[in-house]
Amino acid sequence: MITIEPEKIHKALADLRSEGYDFLRSLTGMDWGEEGLGVVYHLGKTTTGENTVVKTATLNREHPELPSVCDLWKAAEFNEREVYDYFGIRFIGHPDMRRLYLREDWVGHPFRKDYDESLNPLRMTNEEPDDVTHHYEELPDGSVIKKREVIFDQDEYIINIGPQHPATHGVLRFRVSLEGEIIKKLDVHCGYIHRGIEKMCESLTYPQTLALTDRLDYLAAHHNRHALCMCIEKALGLEVSERVQYIRTIMDELQRIDSHLLFFSCLCMDLGALTAFFYGFRDREKILDIFEATTGGRLIQNYNTIGGVQADIAPDFVKKVKEFIAWLRPTLKEYHEVFTGNIIAHGRLDGVGVLSREDAISFGATGGTGRASGWACDVRKRHPYAMYSKVDFKEIIRTEGDCFARYMVRMDEIVESMNIIEQLIDNIPEGSFQEKTKAIIKLPEGSWYSAVEGSRGEFGVYLESRGDKYPYRLKFRSTGLPLVSIMDTVCRGAKIADLIAIGGTVDYVVPDIDR
Amino acid sequence: MEIKKPTIKGIPYEEWKNNDYLEDMVRQLNENGTNVVVGCLDDLINWGRSNSLWPLTFATSCCGIEFMAVGAARYDFARFGFEVTRASPRQADMIMVAGTITHKMAPVLKRLYDQMADPKYVVAVGGCAICGGPFKKSYHVLQGVDKILPVDVYIPGCPPRPEALLYGMMQLQRKVKLEKFFGGVNRKQDKE
Repeated sequence: MITIEPEKIHKALADLRSEGYDFLRSLTGMDWGEEGLGVVYHLGKTTTGENTVVKTATLNREHPELPSVCDLWKAAEFNEREVYDYFGIRFIGHPDMRRLYLREDWVGHPFRKDYDESLNPLRMTNEEPDDVTHHYEELPDGSVIKKREVIFDQDEYIINIGPQHPATHGVLRFRVSLEGEIIKKLDVHCGYIHRGIEKMCESLTYPQTLALTDRLDYLAAHHNRHALCMCIEKALGLEVSERVQYIRTIMDELQRIDSHLLFFSCLCMDLGALTAFFYGFRDREKILDIFEATTGGRLIQNYNTIGGVQADIAPDFVKKVKEFIAWLRPTLKEYHEVFTGNIIAHGRLDGVGVLSREDAISFGATGGTGRASGWACDVRKRHPYAMYSKVDFKEIIRTEGDCFARYMVRMDEIVESMNIIEQLIDNIPEGSFQEKTKAIIKLPEGSWYSAVEGSRGEFGVYLESRGDKYPYRLKFRSTGLPLVSIMDTVCRGAKIADLIAIGGTVDYVVPDIDR
Repeated sequence: MEIKKPTIKGIPYEEWKNNDYLEDMVRQLNENGTNVVVGCLDDLINWGRSNSLWPLTFATSCCGIEFMAVGAARYDFARFGFEVTRASPRQADMIMVAGTITHKMAPVLKRLYDQMADPKYVVAVGGCAICGGPFKKSYHVLQGVDKILPVDVYIPGCPPRPEALLYGMMQLQRKVKLEKFFGGVNRKQDKE
């Protein structure tokens, strides 16, 4: 990890950017107490897969200010707003310095170690929609001024979608400026399901923090927990047995199929095809049955633990999984007949909401969305973990970048996931399913980052420990946040009805965005 | 005439878990007697209402997926009259609060509830909606929807299984069967 002074950070990052670090993997706000408030940047090269970590800190707690890196990576736009929200660090040069999750009338910044919770009782007043925002600019003499910025003009026609809307897949809110039917601008409001999971983790022991990961992106429950377990195991220097690696990989892939089936169902329902919704859910229940027999849970499984898994696989697990794959292969063809070939589906999806490869990388939109734009961003291929280096599978990449490509990538990934499972399911080695760990797990001082391929992109965990049994800071690289941040770019010029198709194919899960 | 015990086809009366509070409601309603004509009309309306409760499509997080699963092919709540979910609160009879309610969402939820037409019912689904659940210590989570709405049925679980959701929804049906729309006041149970 490289530490750089705040005065030089922008220059240093710009240099790294021109060296080829075009992917901002994660941007984490930090409160190091006496060492000041700061930011940790995780950068990656898409060409070689190299990574580097840069950090910076400012000692001024009253008015902490850092230069914005929005001009280098678009992903910084939402992430810096998040850091402002959590820590109160103002980013000079950021075009829109509003809070991202909390209400504008929230007092203080909750992730600071000296935050006083009693300042913010429940407010039942309705929020005022904000049409103006502000940004901070540095004058040549070094002083900083606040400038007003207009999001929506007085005479613009604005439609509000959400937070209660069936097509936003949860409680996401868009404010859309329209010209006739064409979207001129889109403003995303997050935070309606901001549960403060990261902050809560700071007062939980390591095994306790695991429970909350499942509830982030509940359609990637296994992946999320896998990432955190991997991160803690990395910090402990704990090797898990090969049996555990097999089980985790199979479970991850089952979860991916589960998530993609739900994606298929919900997308079809959003576009008005109710039959396909029932098909998808019917088959999804079969996976849930398999999960239930082994883990005891349907949606939230709490299966991975530090050093292994909660319980050994059920006696009929192998048989059930094989039966399921034998069932799903022909059923997928049926899906394609019912929906993929449908002329209405093509009309709604083809050429709609095109995301370019450059934008996908700049925003850090990983997962199916990135791969549909031609960016080979699969963590399973780039940084193999668990059993992925030993299995043979194809990374599905399309180049169109439109809604249909995003849809097809996910449908084809179901097939690839089945291929992976088939390669592993017969050879699960014998061994223990849980390594012995100490009763109280304490991590050494340091920081670690580990990532897995979640159902909808790279899910990363950044963990900083000070040698306690609690994490000092635990940050989850949300898979959904980059996905909503592309919405403004992708939707401009599209029709209002396309917003539903784009939102459906981008496939975000809102609790994962808000955390 | 007397108001009868609330029964549901398929499950015998003794197998329901909490009968006592419903029996208490029956006793209260029977205290002053009921007119035969009005009582029969009440029966008819309650029969209709309890078998066509339309929920609002409202889900904030994990429980929402289970709510969708209950609506889908295997569990299919249309069998019990929950038929269709409505996207507009003005057309819905009940709101299933499925998922965590945060401080930012609380005023929105209250507004949704206010927009619904009477008679309206609230079901709190899952630990989060009941008391904050696993997020009880969070700075941004409402500690139970009963702080802002009158809740009729609580369905515990994290998330509750579809069977539990169905059981809870049928409990609500039994409660709906005990209402007086003519010649009486609808009672909500007082907090003790």
